[in-house]
Amino acid sequence: MVSQIIFIAITLAAVALFSYNLRKIIRNIRLGKAANRTDQPQKRIMTMVKVAFGQTKMFFRPIPAFLHLIVYAGFVIINLEVLEIMIDGAFGTHRVFGGLGSLYNALIGSFEILAFGVWLACAIFLIRRNVLKLKRFTGVEMTKWPKSDANYILITEILLMSAFLTMNAADAKLQLLGSGHYINAGAFPISQYLQNLLPDTEGSLVAIERGCWWFHIIGIFAFLNYLPYSKHFHIMFAFPNTYFSNLEPKGEFTNMKSVTNEVKAMLDPSFTPEEAEAGRFGAKDVNDLSWVNLMNAYTCTECGRCTSVCPANITGKLLSPRKIMMDTRDRLEEVGKNIDKTGNGFDDGKSLIDTYITREEIWACTSCNACTQACPINIDPLAIITDLRRYAVMEESQSPASISAMLGNIENNGAPWKYSPADRFNWAKES
Amino acid sequence: MNEQLNFEVPTMAELIAKGEEPEILFWVGCAGSYDERAQKTTRDICKILHHVGIKYAVLGTEESCTGDPAKRAGNEFLFQMQAMTNIEVLNAYNIKKIVTGCPHCFNTIKNEYPGLGGTYEVIHHTQLIQDLINDGKLKAEGGESFKGKKITYHDPCYLGRGNGIYEAPRKALEVLDAQLVEMKRCKSNGLCCGAGGAQMFKEPEKGNKDINIERIEEALETQPQIIAAGCPFCMTMLSDGIKLKDQNENVQVLDIAEITVRANGL
Repeated sequence: MVSQIIFIAITLAAVALFSYNLRKIIRNIRLGKAANRTDQPQKRIMTMVKVAFGQTKMFFRPIPAFLHLIVYAGFVIINLEVLEIMIDGAFGTHRVFGGLGSLYNALIGSFEILAFGVWLACAIFLIRRNVLKLKRFTGVEMTKWPKSDANYILITEILLMSAFLTMNAADAKLQLLGSGHYINAGAFPISQYLQNLLPDTEGSLVAIERGCWWFHIIGIFAFLNYLPYSKHFHIMFAFPNTYFSNLEPKGEFTNMKSVTNEVKAMLDPSFTPEEAEAGRFGAKDVNDLSWVNLMNAYTCTECGRCTSVCPANITGKLLSPRKIMMDTRDRLEEVGKNIDKTGNGFDDGKSLIDTYITREEIWACTSCNACTQACPINIDPLAIITDLRRYAVMEESQSPASISAMLGNIENNGAPWKYSPADRFNWAKES
Repeated sequence: MNEQLNFEVPTMAELIAKGEEPEILFWVGCAGSYDERAQKTTRDICKILHHVGIKYAVLGTEESCTGDPAKRAGNEFLFQMQAMTNIEVLNAYNIKKIVTGCPHCFNTIKNEYPGLGGTYEVIHHTQLIQDLINDGKLKAEGGESFKGKKITYHDPCYLGRGNGIYEAPRKALEVLDAQLVEMKRCKSNGLCCGAGGAQMFKEPEKGNKDINIERIEEALETQPQIIAAGCPFCMTMLSDGIKLKDQNENVQVLDIAEITVRANGL
C-alpha cells in the first residue's frame, strides 16, 4: 500500500513538473510572430507520417538510420511495457497483463530483443561520438554541454534497458522458485543469459527485481523531465515540427506583408493598407522570428547533418546551420528566464544577432537549401538567416560593402551590376 | 561557329505593335543580358526557340532585375519594388507563359511573384528543351556529335533542391548518347557552386577554400570532357574553377542550351 502511494505521488510529481516546464516552452515559442502553417492539413499529416513516424529522411545515411530506427522502435514499443508498469505500480498488481498467456510471452520476448537492440545501438552511438569522434559531432557549437547532453541521453538509455533486462532475469528466477506473487508469465530470450549472474536466494532476488523495477520507472520519469533541457526533446517535437513544416518549394522565400503594404503605398498613393503586424523588419532577436523558427530550435537534435552538407562550413567558414538553431534556442531560453524573473518587456541589452550569431556567419550563407534538405525533421535554419539579414539590411542598412553596391545597382540600373538599362538588349546585336 | 544571330529577336513591344501575342516570353535575366559568357547562352536559347518555330518574344530594355539577389540579401523593399514593377509590365503585355535562362529568375517569378499579383506558367530553359525533345521537335542531329563523351551535370540549387527539377536537364543530355557521369554529391545532395544567396556579388567570408574549388575538384574526379550547367552564376563559378585548376584546355563548361545548339548545328 505504501509503495502504491509513493508510486502515485512520484508519477503525479513527474507529470506536474513536466507539464510546468512544457507550458513554459510553449509560452516561449508563442513569443514568435505569426506564421500560417495550418493550410493543407492532409498534406501536413502525410508529411508528419512520412518524415517523423517513417523517418524517411534519416535513410539518406543508412547506418545511423538503422541504429536510430532500433532505438525509436524500442522506445515506442517498450512503452507498452511502461503501461503495465504504471498499472502495476498504481494498483499493487504484478505483471497485470500476464493473463494474456502466449500473447504476453510474445510481447515480453520481443521487448527483450528490442531492449537488447537499443542497448547495443546506444553503445555504438557512444563509440561513434567518443571513440571514433565522427566529424559531424564536432564543431565550434559542440561545446562541453551539447557533448555531455548526448552522452547523458545514451548512458541513461543503456541504464534503463539494463534495468529492464535485469528485472526480467530476477523475475524469471523468482518464477522458477515459485516465489509469492511471481506468476509464470513472460518469455525471456535475452535476460535468461543474465540469470546465472544473479544470486539464488529469494530475498536478494526480490530486492533486485524491485530495485530494477523502481529504477526503471523513476528513470523514465527523470528522463521525461530532462527532455525540456535537452536536445532529446525531438522525440516529442519532431511530430508537430514536421506537421507544421514548409510545404512550399524550398527556393521560395516568404513575401513580407508589411513591406508589400509600404511598397504598394509608394507606387500608388491612393492605396490604403490592410492591418499588418507591427514590429521591425526582419529579426534582431528571437521574438522577431516566427513561432515556427522557435519551435524548430526546440526540436533540433544537434545531429549536424545540416552543417556537414553546408558549403560554407565545408570550406572552413564560420557559418554552421546547427549553431544557428542552437543559438536560437539558447537565446530563447534566456529571454524566457528574463520573463520569469522580471515579466515582459525586460531588455537585457542582448540580442540573437551579434550576442549569439555574428554578421560573418549570416553573410556566408549561399541559401542553397542543403541544410533544410538534410534535416531529418524539416528544420529550416535558412529562414532564420534570412530574417537576420533582413534586419541588418532594412533596419540598420548594414551589409558588406559589395552587397550594398549590388543593391544600389539594382535600385539605379535594374541590374546587380553597373550597366546601363539602355544596353540590356545589346546581346542580340553584338557577337 | 558563328555566334552572330542570323535572325531578329522579337521584342514584346514589336509584337504588340503588330497586334500579335507570343506563345512564350523569354525572360533573359541580368546575367543573360550583360555577362559575356551568359549572353552566349541567351543567344543559344533564342536559336533553339527560332529553330523550332515557337512564337516567342523578349522584353528587351523593358526587362529589369527580378529582385532575386536583393531578396536573398535581405532587402525585401527593393525586391518587392522590382517585382511589382516587373509584374506591371508582364501583366500589361498579358503574359501567360515564361521561359527563363536562369534558375534564380525562374524561382523568383514562379514562386514569389504570384503573391504579389503576377501569376504565370514559368519554365526553365532545360524544361523547354526537354519538352521539345519529348515532342520530337528537337533532336540531337545535324551538328557536333557528343556520342560517348563524358559529361557531368552540376545541379543549380534553385533548380534542383529549390524546385525539385532534376530530370529535365538530364533528359536534355541523354539524347546526346553521351556518357553521363554523376558527381558524388548530385541531385538533392548536390553541392552549391558558391554563388547563391547573393554570394555572386561579394567576396567569400574567411575560410580555408572557395566553394567553387571544392565543387570543381569533385567535378574533375569524374574525369569529364564537359561539365554541363544550367545557370549563369554556376557557369561563372565553374569556369573560374576550371581556369584556376588549369584544366580549361581539357574540360569545357557548357550550358545545356549551348550543348543542344551544338548538337543540332544551329
